[in-house]
Amino acid sequence: MSLRKPEPVQVVKQRRDLALRALAEGVPYVNFLGITFDRRGDELTGVLNFDEKLIGNPDLPALHGGVTAAFLEVTSIITLSWMSLWDEVESGRLDLASLEQGRLPRLPKTIDFAIDYLRPGLPRDAYARARVTRSGRRYASVHAEAWQDNRDRPIVQAVGHFLMPSEER
Amino acid sequence: MSTDAVAGFDPALSEELILRLPQARALGLKIASFGGGRAEIHMPFAEHLVGDPKTGVIHGGAVSTLMDTCGGASVMAHPLVEGHTATISLRIDYLRAATPGQGITARAECHHVTRSVAFVRAVALDEDETRPVAMATGTFTVPQLRESDAEGAA
Repeated sequence: MSLRKPEPVQVVKQRRDLALRALAEGVPYVNFLGITFDRRGDELTGVLNFDEKLIGNPDLPALHGGVTAAFLEVTSIITLSWMSLWDEVESGRLDLASLEQGRLPRLPKTIDFAIDYLRPGLPRDAYARARVTRSGRRYASVHAEAWQDNRDRPIVQAVGHFLMPSEER
Repeated sequence: MSTDAVAGFDPALSEELILRLPQARALGLKIASFGGGRAEIHMPFAEHLVGDPKTGVIHGGAVSTLMDTCGGASVMAHPLVEGHTATISLRIDYLRAATPGQGITARAECHHVTRSVAFVRAVALDEDETRPVAMATGTFTVPQLRESDAEGAA
């Protein structure tokens, strides 16, 4: 019996990063807000890259509450999609070339989203992670939070429910 | 900020209110009405707001920004509230996908205020006003209450 040789690290990384980039950059609104994703293994961190147009209150100044809410919703949706995409990326079932051409998998739909504003968002980058607390065949529950300078002082948190795309793709 | 716009709708003042917010400007928001604890704000359709390129449907996040802005505006349009408000919480139900190519209008009503908290409900509509796209309830801070006491003391 012979063990299969592991793939070279850069091949693995390239494949995963390509899939993630195609997924996130395929959504116009994600680009409009300037959200990108950092990846460590299968863990994603959303990055809201600061831009003047994200300001809601110019007096403070502070990020618009709608923007930080949208940031959490985007991070939740991309994290959910990424989880279901992961197996297909790893098994090679997913055709990366077609993904790059914008043939995205169907995305989960938001059923409801409840946002809890904890602190004003400062005029600088923000980071977010989403934790899928339940993932069923049809429904998923997600908790997400965003922070800036200090991970222990989140600026906003949210829980949401999502309708998962049906199996046939 | 003076809130003399309460009785009537002063488009100049309310446009200014919106245009001061860079994100509201980036979304092209327009105040349709403002006063008496109510606000109506329109967000035109734009390709860059699309959340699912397969369907062309506007992203929920853009709808939340519209609802949040409109909710805050309804608080500032309330006769008892003075000054700027901030969102404490917002919960949105997405009832259906907005029709691709159509703008979205939010209508918010600040239906109750206490010394510290303003309570808001809002609805988001596309061109088919009989079937709302989303509904929201939210709570907002009250920086200062005008002399006469509102009931309750949250």
